[in-house]
Amino acid sequence: MKMERPLTEHIHLDGTTRTLREYVKDGGYRSVQRLATMLGPKDVQRLVTESGLRGRGGGGFLTGTKWGFVPMGPSAPKPKYIVANGDEMEPGTFKDRVLMEGDPHGLVEGMILAGYALDAEVGYIFLRGEYHLSAQRLTRAIAEAYEEGYLGKPLPGTTFCFDLHLHASAGRYICGEETALINALEGKRAVPRAKPPFPQAVGLWGKPTVVQNVETLYNIPHIVNHGSDWYRRLSRTQDGGTKIYGISGRVTNPGWWELPLGTTAREVLERYAGGMSDGVRFRGLLPGGISTAFMTEEHLDLPMDFSSIPPEVGRLGTATMIVLDDHTCPVGFVLNLEKFFARESCGWCTPCREGLPWVARILTSFEEGRASKEDLALLDMHTKWLAPGHTFCGLAPGAMAPLQSALKYFRDDFERHISLRHCPWSKKPAQLRVVV
Amino acid sequence: MLSGTERQELEDAVTHYPDKRGAAIDALLIIQRRRGWISDETLLDIAQFLEITAEDLDSIATFYNLIFRKPVGRHVAFVCDSVSCWIKGSEQVQEQIKALYAADLGQTSPDGRLTVLPIACLGHCERAPAVMIDQDVYGEVMPEKVESIMEKYT
Ligand SMILES: Cc1cc2nc3c(=O)[nH]c(=O)nc-3n(C[C@H](O)[C@H](O)[C@H](O)COP(=O)(O)O)c2cc1C
Ligand code: SF4
Repeated sequence: MKMERPLTEHIHLDGTTRTLREYVKDGGYRSVQRLATMLGPKDVQRLVTESGLRGRGGGGFLTGTKWGFVPMGPSAPKPKYIVANGDEMEPGTFKDRVLMEGDPHGLVEGMILAGYALDAEVGYIFLRGEYHLSAQRLTRAIAEAYEEGYLGKPLPGTTFCFDLHLHASAGRYICGEETALINALEGKRAVPRAKPPFPQAVGLWGKPTVVQNVETLYNIPHIVNHGSDWYRRLSRTQDGGTKIYGISGRVTNPGWWELPLGTTAREVLERYAGGMSDGVRFRGLLPGGISTAFMTEEHLDLPMDFSSIPPEVGRLGTATMIVLDDHTCPVGFVLNLEKFFARESCGWCTPCREGLPWVARILTSFEEGRASKEDLALLDMHTKWLAPGHTFCGLAPGAMAPLQSALKYFRDDFERHISLRHCPWSKKPAQLRVVV
Repeated sequence: MLSGTERQELEDAVTHYPDKRGAAIDALLIIQRRRGWISDETLLDIAQFLEITAEDLDSIATFYNLIFRKPVGRHVAFVCDSVSCWIKGSEQVQEQIKALYAADLGQTSPDGRLTVLPIACLGHCERAPAVMIDQDVYGEVMPEKVESIMEKYT
């Protein structure tokens, strides 16, 4: 029987890491040994394309299609780069950490294969600065892979030689955006770059560069080992594979589970997370990090994948859900999100730099009982002013997704803040609260 | 002035990149690990090593949450203030830290033991609320647990 949960089946649930010896015993690095005899770079590319693998960083872009933009052949610029995006600063998201802490060699192997497929001879793992345990374990895994000759030497029977470096960042959300990440790696201020040119053609130090989410890369060894048909069958829908779903908020059993793509939010919430905590009721959830739109009761039976959620409802994002319950103020919830975005905006373009603090100030006025009908209209307007196409990168439009949907589903609650002149969830009457 | 060992660590980091400035963040983190924070003099030393201007390096240093351009206490408590932790009571945890150590966000306790800073989601949302002290992450930190967690950070 082949695995149903290829990414996490062997991860120790006690938090210890899987060692090199365990990894190899369970078939780890087998794909790399087969390259010479069985698979050329084109074969690996083809398998990934046929598998229907979509990027797990939130966008869901087809990985095979992305690889198709990389210049190949003897006239292609050299070196080419492959970068693992382990910035994972999207609030509510912790799936890449689970993988990197639990199974660091899986990322090394995924990167070797991606490098081989694209003839990219240098790799970087871009890791958020707060993930110290991941950093320790990856450092060790990279050193072991060098000792074993998977890195730094031509792979058995090929002329392909791959070098891999770990880059620990120092904490800034925008570094997760792939062009800002490239600036960060070059030692520049991490503001995004204009696209085009796309990084696949002109990326790190001007060379072709593919940036791929950590979870995306973990899938590749399994696709290479077991084939694209097997991979597609793991899913319940047309997008291939499994997905790490997570849940946080007031639920009985917050956590993560690797499940077939297309599992519904209701199943994750009720069957795996054990439903809502005692005494609280479900009001809505953000399906995958805070840059996604709220989903409510009526959406809970949608397959949670990259192609089944209608665009007018929202998108899957990182699939690590955050639940809003009836004991939590939706306006306060959204204020928390917008404060995060305002703080983490890189400041490069004016609508985002000025607009997000403005939104946060307006939401604060709701919480403090000072908001009027005009403020509600201003919030509505911001969701248009900061919509896709109006800002230099996706941070600001991402910030508007939860706001716009909250204004739609929880409008009554915003209005009650205006009419009551205080937050209905706050125990303190407005006039007694200290305004800072 | 960079010490010999500091210089050696920086030389090693630089080998990971095609040019020296690629190691800018590594360099700031390496030196901060040894000196606690990045003073103006330190910034200038690192910039000279990287062959970029101090202003250029400062535009990078000040961009990041984990590079300290001011002195910090012997330990730093990073209190996650993102939404999953906020739902589960991170504000109360921060209030408790303030009450115990007389340090509000952005401040250092009078005895120099602890600096308290807010931090974006630590990626431990399933065990909210989360606090990171130096490099150690604690989950399900209720206000009443703060004091015992802090015991080993003297
Ligand atoms: C503001 C912002 C933050 C992002 N943060 C991350 C991140 O932390 N991790 C990630 O993999 N992708 C992040 N992305 C998406 C990346 O730009 C990129 O699309 C992704 O790494 C591509 O990998 P994938 O195709 O494997 O998903 C972010 C995008 C934006 C606009
Ligand atoms: S949208 Fe925000 S984060 Fe993106 S470039 Fe503009 S200011 Fe920077």
